[in-house]
Amino acid sequence: MLKTGTTHIFVLFEFNLNKSGMARQKNVSQMKPGEVGIVAGFTDDHLSVKLMEMGCLPGAAVRFNFTAPFGDPVCISVSGYELSLRLEEAATISILN
Amino acid sequence: MAAPKRSKIALVGNPNSGKSSLFNHLTGLNQKIGNFPGVTVEKKSGSCTLLDGSVVEIIDFPGIYSIYPRSLDEQIVSEVLLDHHSANTPDKIVVVADATNLKRGLLLLTQVIDVGLPTMLVLNMMDLVAKAGISYDLQLLSKKLGVPVVPINARNGVGLEELKKQLAKPLPVPDKKIFSIWDDAQAPVRELRQKLGVDNDYEAYLFLEQPQSLGFLSGERKNIVDTIRSAHKFFPGKFQGAETIQRYSFIQDLLNEITLKAPTDQLWKKKSSQLDAILTHKVWGYLIFFGILFLIFQAIFAWATVPMDFIDSVFASLSQYIGTALPDGPLTRLLAEGVIPGLGGIIIFVPQIAILFAFISILEESGYMARVVFLMDKLMRKFGLNGKSVVPLMSGVACAIPAIMATRTIDNWKERTITIMVTPLVSCSARLPIFTILIALIVPDQKALGFFNLQGLALMGLYLLGFIAAIGSAWIMKHLIRVKERSYLIMELPTYRIPKWSNVGYTILEKTKAFVLQAGKVIMAIAIILWVLASYGPGDTMSKAQEVVQEQTKNMRLTEQAFADRIAAYKLEHSYAGIVGKAIEPAIKPLGYDWKIGIALITSFAAREVFVGTIATIYSIGSVDGEDDATIKARMKEEVNPETGGARFTPAVGLSLLVFYTFAMQCMSTLAVVYRETHGWKWPLLQLTYMTVLAYVSAFAVFQIFS
Repeated sequence: MLKTGTTHIFVLFEFNLNKSGMARQKNVSQMKPGEVGIVAGFTDDHLSVKLMEMGCLPGAAVRFNFTAPFGDPVCISVSGYELSLRLEEAATISILN
Repeated sequence: MAAPKRSKIALVGNPNSGKSSLFNHLTGLNQKIGNFPGVTVEKKSGSCTLLDGSVVEIIDFPGIYSIYPRSLDEQIVSEVLLDHHSANTPDKIVVVADATNLKRGLLLLTQVIDVGLPTMLVLNMMDLVAKAGISYDLQLLSKKLGVPVVPINARNGVGLEELKKQLAKPLPVPDKKIFSIWDDAQAPVRELRQKLGVDNDYEAYLFLEQPQSLGFLSGERKNIVDTIRSAHKFFPGKFQGAETIQRYSFIQDLLNEITLKAPTDQLWKKKSSQLDAILTHKVWGYLIFFGILFLIFQAIFAWATVPMDFIDSVFASLSQYIGTALPDGPLTRLLAEGVIPGLGGIIIFVPQIAILFAFISILEESGYMARVVFLMDKLMRKFGLNGKSVVPLMSGVACAIPAIMATRTIDNWKERTITIMVTPLVSCSARLPIFTILIALIVPDQKALGFFNLQGLALMGLYLLGFIAAIGSAWIMKHLIRVKERSYLIMELPTYRIPKWSNVGYTILEKTKAFVLQAGKVIMAIAIILWVLASYGPGDTMSKAQEVVQEQTKNMRLTEQAFADRIAAYKLEHSYAGIVGKAIEPAIKPLGYDWKIGIALITSFAAREVFVGTIATIYSIGSVDGEDDATIKARMKEEVNPETGGARFTPAVGLSLLVFYTFAMQCMSTLAVVYRETHGWKWPLLQLTYMTVLAYVSAFAVFQIFS
């Protein structure tokens, strides 16, 4: 696998993140069933492309639907699609809510 | 004028976009599975007659989300789209998109447009679009994209006339370019176009971006690409995210312009969620899944026996008829004893394979299979597998061949390889005849605790044993195979819907055909080779068989039939197969087997079920309808072990054989498929070795403990 060096974070709401500090930076894996938020960015380059191709776009509203019986994977709704992700993948999607 | 070349039309689209329904509508029963010339990649294609009478070839590609491949399935599409001047290059590309939610479909479309092949867009599910209250300005969409747009409903075929009309028209290469290549990449792209003569910028850019999809380039040309890539310090993947964002911003603007009316009910989907609350529930979810599994097994083992018995009797009488109707000779015997039983040995599995794929196809069409993957992923991952390994492992119960082909959807190399390696341990239907007869021999037909049939329990135990071995081996391999590759499971959970029955029918047909052709070739070839080995021997032993047996049985009063059986047994003993059987006797003796069983082990390497037939011949009961289990069983019971004076098939020997067949890789066709799927001999040979060692050691242990 190729390493691209530093990790790029696609940030749409930059000022928002800086103001509140990293403490309020939440990701999808921390959401509860039924909770909604806005996709703010990604912390993993490689996965971000795949996620965006599947419709998970920065700025899009995301809803955490439910988890599989052992808490992993999880199901989310975004851009009108229902996706299933593993927890570690969900953790790479930063959200605002 | 020369006969016009059939133009090739490629169907490309997202998974669940209804691409397969469209393919089935266009081609009907004129479908075939072949290979792309020069590449060992499977091609699903079919012919379609357009309204003007011209015939075109429609090629159905695996569903993809983007031109950047993540799995082997997806890579096929990229390779074909990048290879512009070969026999594989499609003349027209039809991108099929789910019109109820256009974003993702358009993402793929913009990439295909930029690659620079003649393209058109088909909007599917227009009925659902109407229901959701959406309306688009399709003319504007077509104008903005520079490609024809045809709305259809692939479920009932509405709009297909118009599509066929469009397909008959000449289609130019789209002149729009949607993605503008980064300044950094301009120089290498220009150099590459100059040196290789690539058609356009984006194609050249993808050459740089996708080193893995350039299998069609000659080594020399590939080296040029690699040199340019490193000379300009171009890192594949670095700008993929930015490219996707650029495309989506174009798409968002486009959608804003063409959407006349947005969906009325656009908030979170409700219907699927209610069903999912039950189907992915921690108790009900698993209960329902195991209930469905039970139903499938029930169908494969109980319902399929009716057509299987019928096929069996048809081939048996056909073989007998040919044997008597044609003049006796080597060719007749080859036909009657080699070819026809070989053919029968293939066809007999068709009912089970058809039933299994009927179920799998229904589960996939309805959207439930994605939930099974969702339910099982966490468990499977503990053993080095993937949620998507469930389908191959389930299919393995019928036959490992389609099961191994089904692993292509697993995008992680390590998880896919492990799935391929352990799938043959799941007991396939070919083991069933062996299990049945050996269990009948060593397990009493009694009920335990009043209602459990002991023989049934033993059979279930063997299936469980195979499954546990598969899972256990996977767990070991997880620790042995060291690859630094991230595993992920980003998967769509499609909306539940009623399966389209014609699609189910086409899938059954496709899988059965693939099995008969692929496994069939190997099973057939080996059946013939084994027939030769078992019918011929060195020197004149074969021709003298009659005299020798006559001499031996001088004082016995044998019927003509019994005499002929004795000759057959004598011939087999002195044939090449018999010689090999005797040669391996020292090796299999610790397992409790003699050379007679050795012969059966060798002949059953083609396909396991041959074991029973060989045993029948070797114990001289070949002619008393070799398929009559009761006769074989009675004869096996009588067989004496000359060393002990007791029965040959003691419980220890029976158990040892059962364990051996549960674990052994006794199937050439599976090895051939593994070779094809892993592109080399490394994995099939490793698989053969580990499974044989496992079988040998376990059978040895079982025999030593119980005898």
